Amino acid sequence: MIDLLVAFFLLSGSAFMLLAALGVLRLPDLPTRMHASTKAGAMGAILIMGAVVFAFLEWIAFARSAAIVLFIVLTAPIAAHAIGRAGYFVGVPLWNGTIKDELRERYDRETHALRSVVKRSDTDADPDPDSGERRPPPR
Amino acid sequence: MIDSLIIHVIYPMLALALLMASIRLARGPSLLDRVVALELMASIVVGVIGVHTIQTATLSFLDVAIVVALIAFLAAVGFARFIEQGGPRND
Repeated sequence: MIDLLVAFFLLSGSAFMLLAALGVLRLPDLPTRMHASTKAGAMGAILIMGAVVFAFLEWIAFARSAAIVLFIVLTAPIAAHAIGRAGYFVGVPLWNGTIKDELRERYDRETHALRSVVKRSDTDADPDPDSGERRPPPR
Repeated sequence: MIDSLIIHVIYPMLALALLMASIRLARGPSLLDRVVALELMASIVVGVIGVHTIQTATLSFLDVAIVVALIAFLAAVGFARFIEQGGPRND
């Protein structure tokens, strides 16, 4: 019975990892690849750690596996956020079929400032009075 | 049963996943694609270490998995900071 549980966790975990690798290989651009690798890869590692817990059935195995799972759950989104942010700053090209890029009209590549209102295109020619300012002015 | 399953099914699946990630690592058009592939490979290696822990019934291998996960996270964040603050753009 326990063997069946361990086999189920192992199979589903390695299937998730295979799916993550397939997504990283086949998806078209950086954010979609990152989406496949972080979510499915973390899920695969978590399921395999669950298999470790059920294979040993000891408290020390549970503690170590829980530490690994907690670490993966905490760090995978942070790493994905850092990589995606760097990719958008550097200007890694998006896929041609991308239908929505909400940052493009709200985000200033020079000052790294993000505004909540869409900037009109006819004001692009005017020089912004505080264009050298890195932080938004205080309210 | 678990041993033969691990040898004949789980390890080939994880090895295939590592192979596909390394193809992306070699082909990736930008440096950040390679960083994503490296992070995925580290995640797969954590899984391989977990499977090896079950196969050899040695709990100490889990510490290796913790260290690999930690190094992979630090490498990904370090690479991202490096590229963001003026690394190579067109590779």
